[in-house]
Amino acid sequence: MAFIKCSDLAVGYEGKAVAEGLNFEVNEGDYLCIVGENGAGKTTLMKTMLHLTKIISGTIEYGDGLKPYEIGYLPQQTITQQDFPASVEEIVMSGNLSKLGLRPFYNKAERAEAKKNMKRMDIYDLKNKSFRNLSGGQKQRVLLARALCASTKLIVLDEPVSGLDPKVTLDFYQLIKKLNDEGMTVIMVSHDIHEGLKDASHILHVTGKQLYFGEADKYPESDAYKLLTSIELKKGAKA
Amino acid sequence: MIDQLLYYLEYPFVRYAIIVGVLIALCSSLLGVTLVLKRYSFIGDGLSHVAFGALAIASIMQVTSTTLVTMPITIIAAVILLKGGQNAKIKGDAAIAMISVASLAIGYMLMNVFSASSANVSGDVCSTLFGSTSILTLKSSEVMVCLVFSVIVIATFILFYNKIFGVTFDENFAKATGVRSGAYNLLIAIIIAVIIVLGMNLVGSLLISALIIFPALSAMRLMNNFLSVIITSAIISVIAALVGIIVSILYSTPVGSTIVCVDLAVFIICYIIDAIKTA
Repeated sequence: MAFIKCSDLAVGYEGKAVAEGLNFEVNEGDYLCIVGENGAGKTTLMKTMLHLTKIISGTIEYGDGLKPYEIGYLPQQTITQQDFPASVEEIVMSGNLSKLGLRPFYNKAERAEAKKNMKRMDIYDLKNKSFRNLSGGQKQRVLLARALCASTKLIVLDEPVSGLDPKVTLDFYQLIKKLNDEGMTVIMVSHDIHEGLKDASHILHVTGKQLYFGEADKYPESDAYKLLTSIELKKGAKA
Repeated sequence: MIDQLLYYLEYPFVRYAIIVGVLIALCSSLLGVTLVLKRYSFIGDGLSHVAFGALAIASIMQVTSTTLVTMPITIIAAVILLKGGQNAKIKGDAAIAMISVASLAIGYMLMNVFSASSANVSGDVCSTLFGSTSILTLKSSEVMVCLVFSVIVIATFILFYNKIFGVTFDENFAKATGVRSGAYNLLIAIIIAVIIVLGMNLVGSLLISALIIFPALSAMRLMNNFLSVIITSAIISVIAALVGIIVSILYSTPVGSTIVCVDLAVFIICYIIDAIKTA
């Protein structure tokens, strides 16, 4: 049994499918990259796996010791967060929120978890800094540390490098790679098909339907890859 | 001046006014931060107009305690506005504007058509909208009601502080990790409605949203983390209410507008401090 297994899944919103015929699974230790054009249903698929959007048809099964809500999520930043007065520590700590249940305050173990993940992301010395005053790369590390508090098994990243400069982007990919090497399962939605795909173990290419799913090594030989790169080339030619 | 103040403080109604004023200021400042950050500032304003309409209905029905009518109606309106926010046919701001002006119109109409003391309709309306002197005519039972509700609001806020932070900062993240954010949004809506109904006594329904928004905005200029923003906001709000009430007693100005003016002055000072710091 896999961590996540999608069978004949259709995803969309308001009852309308934007992507269908999705059959894939994510196993422990995988690094799955979901690629596709804008509006192709990547983000909707991810939100469906996170229970933020209802399934249109088909099934998603969670197993192999992964509970349905045991997923750390690194969302795209919202406008609200731009001027939000919260310290790094407060935000990372909120990754433990679901463990609280009816308990009102965090306990020692949860505080320790937050501290550990801040150190892991190298943001511990920023812990009293305000989120709104951080750089783009620092903000992503904070949100990643929060995701790590929420799950020790699987993290889901939504376009994590958009808006970051090239050097910070490479650093961030290295950080993800390191987490994956340490055993963390990673699902990343990305439109960066060059650097982004380098570390992935599996690729899922979605454009309305599933164009490719399989090992990353074999992806460059597939028709789906040629399609995507030809679009890139055309865009490049226009620009 | 001090002598004069001490002289006034010997009257129970003055002491009641100060107790109630401080409690309402404290409660309203707590959730202001969440409202501002979730871009819900206008919901407070809309709800206060709903409370005005509800109060008009209550006074026509001549119920003994108007809170019994205004509280449930305002809570229902709050739930509808917050729930419908994302997926309603009529988008958020338009829905709020619609509900708020409709409630004002219906409330004023009802008061005119059915009012028993038709001689002083405009006086009644004015005191409901601006609070005028109603805070100085509180009975001890009303003070008790305010005290009980304030304790409930403050206790709920403290117990759910971490969850309120979570759904304010990032609702989707909270939801994805299995936190029932819908339930907490509902809780926030209910607390806001309770605060607005309580605050109508103090500053009236037109000005209550100022009490919710201003201290939060001032504190956000000065502080950099959520907890200290909340605490600062509470301190600012309580001091502004105290100063406002004392000034209004000494110089016989209208209580509600005096408090709001003090809040505005504090905001301007905080804004300037922030501008100097960043420059």
